[in-house]
Amino acid sequence: MSAVEAVILTIITASTPLLLAAVGELVTERSGVLNLGVEGMMIMGAVCGFVAAHVTGSAAVGILAGLIAGIAMSLIFAFLTQTLMTSQVATGLALTLLGLGLSGLIGESFTGQPGVKLAALTIPVLSGIPFLGPILFGQDILVYLSLALTAAVAYVLFRTRTGLIISAVGGNHHSAHALGYNVIGVRYACIAFGGACSGLAGAYLSLVYTPQWIENMSAGRGWVALALVVFATWIPKRVLIGAYLFGTVWIMGLYVQALGVAIPSQLLSSLPYLVTIAALIIISGNRTITKVNTPACIGQPFAPER
Amino acid sequence: MRNIIGSIVIGLAITIAGTAHAADKLKVGFIYVGPIGDHGWSYQHDQGRLALEKELGDKVETVFVEKVAEGPDAERAITRLARQKAGLIFTTSFGFMNPTLKVAKKFPKVKFEHATGFKRSKNVGTYNARFYEGRYINGKIAAKMSKSGVAGYIASFPIPEVVMGINAFILGAQTVNPDFKLKVVWVNSWFDPGKEADAAKVLIGQGADILTQHTDSTAAMQIADEKGVHAFGQASDMIKFGPKAQLTAIINNWAPYYIERAKAVLNGTWKSVGSWKGLTAGTVKMAAYTNMPAGVSKMAAETEAKISSGELHPFQGPIYKQDGSLAVPAGKTLGDGPLLGMNWYVKGVDGKLPK
Repeated sequence: MSAVEAVILTIITASTPLLLAAVGELVTERSGVLNLGVEGMMIMGAVCGFVAAHVTGSAAVGILAGLIAGIAMSLIFAFLTQTLMTSQVATGLALTLLGLGLSGLIGESFTGQPGVKLAALTIPVLSGIPFLGPILFGQDILVYLSLALTAAVAYVLFRTRTGLIISAVGGNHHSAHALGYNVIGVRYACIAFGGACSGLAGAYLSLVYTPQWIENMSAGRGWVALALVVFATWIPKRVLIGAYLFGTVWIMGLYVQALGVAIPSQLLSSLPYLVTIAALIIISGNRTITKVNTPACIGQPFAPER
Repeated sequence: MRNIIGSIVIGLAITIAGTAHAADKLKVGFIYVGPIGDHGWSYQHDQGRLALEKELGDKVETVFVEKVAEGPDAERAITRLARQKAGLIFTTSFGFMNPTLKVAKKFPKVKFEHATGFKRSKNVGTYNARFYEGRYINGKIAAKMSKSGVAGYIASFPIPEVVMGINAFILGAQTVNPDFKLKVVWVNSWFDPGKEADAAKVLIGQGADILTQHTDSTAAMQIADEKGVHAFGQASDMIKFGPKAQLTAIINNWAPYYIERAKAVLNGTWKSVGSWKGLTAGTVKMAAYTNMPAGVSKMAAETEAKISSGELHPFQGPIYKQDGSLAVPAGKTLGDGPLLGMNWYVKGVDGKLPK
């Protein structure tokens, strides 16, 4: 395996959890809900995924468990913010703290246990192609899922009625309500979707990235995903670019260091953030597109007037 | 009126009983930079704490705070422990240096011990372990076991402690293979399994077939096992994560030191010292030599014995810096002072040392 191939494979692994979480959060935010609890949902997905996989010996069960954990956490958030109408920002932050603490508690007896790794799907003939084979056809299912999800979300949001309803709810919830759409219901569904994706991202961390459970293993990736969504102006294609750009710059930074090039490592560590922010700002230069895609009601609680 | 007096009396009684009880046992506090579940640095400190409890359980009670970030938060955590009447506090990471000194000024009666630092005061001592001795042995093993002649080093922050480790590793390797190459990647974190795994993959992709680290998680060992290369465990035995990969591990054994210092406080003989022990005192231990041919493990054991007895010092001359200048002349050994302030690479390390 050549060095370039190894680097590309590593980039894919580094970018996938960011993409998964960001796509989910994109849908949530499109419906007008700002869920800052991505980090909490991600880490809960990681711990539940690991525990389930460890206990049953099956990575597939682990992924399912991570998914369910993410949904469960997000539903707590949904209940608090949509039904009880608490502040979305505060509740989201509380969710993050809850996730971080609870995951530590659940995972305590599982720390240091060797994990179950999700096997890569080696598509028979195609993955044998030199160089491109393992990159395009030898990934595990979550990588393909992340790309499929991004495409699916883009399609649904921009080309179907469902997507239109979601955007309407996020753009002007009072008008949407007047038209007869169930604003709270739509938001619940979008929050749950976001939770599912964050949970999957977390399960990816503990089942593929580093197949073990260590406290705080998400190490701030949830926050990166959150920022990606905003800087990408809620457009799935831009989120994809942002996530992969972040992953690429991060891995290239390590690569450059290992080559012995004399760039300070601290600068290289900050480059992924700087480059991604810069790139996304440039991409989002067109003001009209930005305005059209921003969910105007984001963060505002919905209290039906009638 | 009677109720008020009654409650004051009860309150006083409880307080007196409480302080009396506290006066019996010495409260020893521990501040960890990472989770005790890291199976590395903080885990080993906690093992030391547990050993302390086992040994002196009737005279000592311990309390710990984990995952304390280096910086302003550390000061708060240390202050809280001091307020909780801890008599002896161990702060277990380099970045706790200034917070420890600050809190120590406010609590002159409490004794503080700071790990891997170099600033002391009347009630702050420092302690460290001569990890570089273990690194030297690792280097020798690496040079023997490596087919590509390249090793990868996953480093955290460019502080003297870490640089010492890198230099000792390459010096050991150079005794076996003078052209041994070392690639260093700085992840700027003590603990981030994802980053460590990424760094490991990148290093392997560039031809390193031996990995070693100065970070605290087991991620790199796992990647090594997965990719079929060898690696060295850091701070604790990581064989469970790399059954085919681990050659040996440097194990930090803090228990004897913790017990000794707690006894000193109990006896009233505690003084601020800078303790720096290694293989000889058992503060540094090597895990069983595995996954290597008998000849290599014999060489490793012999080297370990020589360092333990003092016959061999990893930093004995001649040693050349990366720029070619002579750092240590033949026949001399690098003293503790220059070691503790080390900010240069030995000749043979790829790359420039970040400031």
